[in-house]
Amino acid sequence: MASSHGAPPVFNNKVIAWIDHRLPIFSYIEKEYHTFPTPRNFNYFWNFGAIATVMLVLMIATGVVLATNYQPNAELAFNSVERIMRDVPSGWLIRYLHMNGASFFFIAVYIHIFRGLYYGSYKAPRELLWILGVVILLLMMATAFMGYVLPWGQMSFWGATVITNLFSAIPVVGDSIVTWLWGGFAVDNPTLNRFFALHYLLPFIIVAVVALHVVALHVHGSNNPLGIDPKGPQDTVPFHPYYTMKDGFGVVCFLIVYALFVFFMPNTLGDVANYIPANPLVTPNEIVPEWYFLPFYAILRAIPDKLGGVICMFGAIAVLFALPWLDTSRVRSCTFRPIYKWFVLLLVADVILLGICGAHPPEGWYVPASRLATVYYFFHFLILLPVLGKIERPLPLPSSIAEAVLKKKAG
Amino acid sequence: MASSSIPAGDHGDPTRRDFLMVATGAMGAVGAIAVAWPFINNLNPAADTLALSTTEIDVKSIAVGQAVTVKWRGKPVFIRHRTKEEIKEAEDVKLSELPDPETDNARVTDLAKKVRPEWLIVIGVCTHLGCVPLGNKPGDPRGEYGGWFCPCHGSQYDTSGRIRKGPAPKNLAVPGYLFTTDTLVRIG
Repeated sequence: MASSHGAPPVFNNKVIAWIDHRLPIFSYIEKEYHTFPTPRNFNYFWNFGAIATVMLVLMIATGVVLATNYQPNAELAFNSVERIMRDVPSGWLIRYLHMNGASFFFIAVYIHIFRGLYYGSYKAPRELLWILGVVILLLMMATAFMGYVLPWGQMSFWGATVITNLFSAIPVVGDSIVTWLWGGFAVDNPTLNRFFALHYLLPFIIVAVVALHVVALHVHGSNNPLGIDPKGPQDTVPFHPYYTMKDGFGVVCFLIVYALFVFFMPNTLGDVANYIPANPLVTPNEIVPEWYFLPFYAILRAIPDKLGGVICMFGAIAVLFALPWLDTSRVRSCTFRPIYKWFVLLLVADVILLGICGAHPPEGWYVPASRLATVYYFFHFLILLPVLGKIERPLPLPSSIAEAVLKKKAG
Repeated sequence: MASSSIPAGDHGDPTRRDFLMVATGAMGAVGAIAVAWPFINNLNPAADTLALSTTEIDVKSIAVGQAVTVKWRGKPVFIRHRTKEEIKEAEDVKLSELPDPETDNARVTDLAKKVRPEWLIVIGVCTHLGCVPLGNKPGDPRGEYGGWFCPCHGSQYDTSGRIRKGPAPKNLAVPGYLFTTDTLVRIG
């Protein structure tokens, strides 16, 4: 089967040829995942799109199985999860895969986003690709938040209470919106019911947006560590076998680390308070969200005003939508941006600092630190990026990917 | 609006076809909103949830200085039998010092307009992000103002349940309540 560039593939298998003539799925796979010309110089950061896809599939598979035993009812939910852990065959494994899978899905996606930031993957002509990615991030956050409520432990209940109460900051209609979200006067059974329904629905919407993300990606192809466009066949290799193999290797390495957590420290990334059944009359000493929300939680708390905090927290994500237009530099890759390179790394340090602040009660030095880190976060996107693009002098770009790769090889 | 095959009115004036297109589109939009409403409204509290909206409590056994927590509409309600000092403290505060100015008197008046300063009844939900403030149990921290202290983000309430310090924007809410006898109170 199949020739290389340009010509439509010829299928020797008659059944495949018959189907493909009527529904060209095989041609599609051939074109987009086999001969698809892909820059030859990817580093391992380019694995994380594939890794995130694997995690999404894994989350849906484990989630569907969990749903067959889970009871979305405030009286039954907590014990049904314990039953999955103790009585249901392999239930503990499926649940630990799902629980830690959420964390590892976020790890993959955060690294994937960092890759995009560092190598300027959001710049023209990939702005919509980037925006679809931010949409996926938002959907993932909503899904993860609602999923965390389902076991109906103390952290589930109080996390849900705090996060839904964010909407009460909206002037005039805030309280009605919160009652509407709850389906009652507090987080209770109706809230749990609807969160379960949405938690089951949203992953499939994520799959649909991922499909759009991939379609948009395949219009102009992937960016690469040099951030320059391939100019011909000497700059690319076919996606298969070169990157199917490299992605496969990356996925396996990632899954090994994931398995370490699932089998040896399944509760390290979670909060012990969620193994206490929800009690609407007692707030835990400290309400802490899952680690992947900590930087945003720190921004929320850094602002001493309720509405302001909520606006800044959502603004921290919203600013990413505008990123392709905030960055005025025409050079994509930080490899050739001697100043901005350090600021991207500083942004990563800043987000980690926010995460640390978010994990601790707002006292002592955590308060000024979280305020400073919040200011820097927005300074980076809103002021530094537009200004630096104008004044920074980028290093000379290589004339082609092939030239840069071969020069490096020569030494 | 009109494509080349449809004769346009003079000087690009709207044609009958344009009018029909706009009118049909507008009706379609109205219809879509009308259909969307039941789906949105469906998420509002159901009748049985609304029906759970009153609860009756006997306050005879609550000693002076003591406070209890009862559940109403799935939320905690604090009933505090205030001491004389606490009442005085609450009444003496200048309104200008309060982020959400309200007199103590207004907060201890039941639905029959009867003022009972010894009984403070508030919803035990912090107006910041909904945590349950501490201060009802003996030994709980009550904050600098002797009322309640929210452990989540450090809001402090006084002996009238009014916000004094911290990120919460409003006083603890006072539910509608009625003393049906001197010791029996109906909340809701």
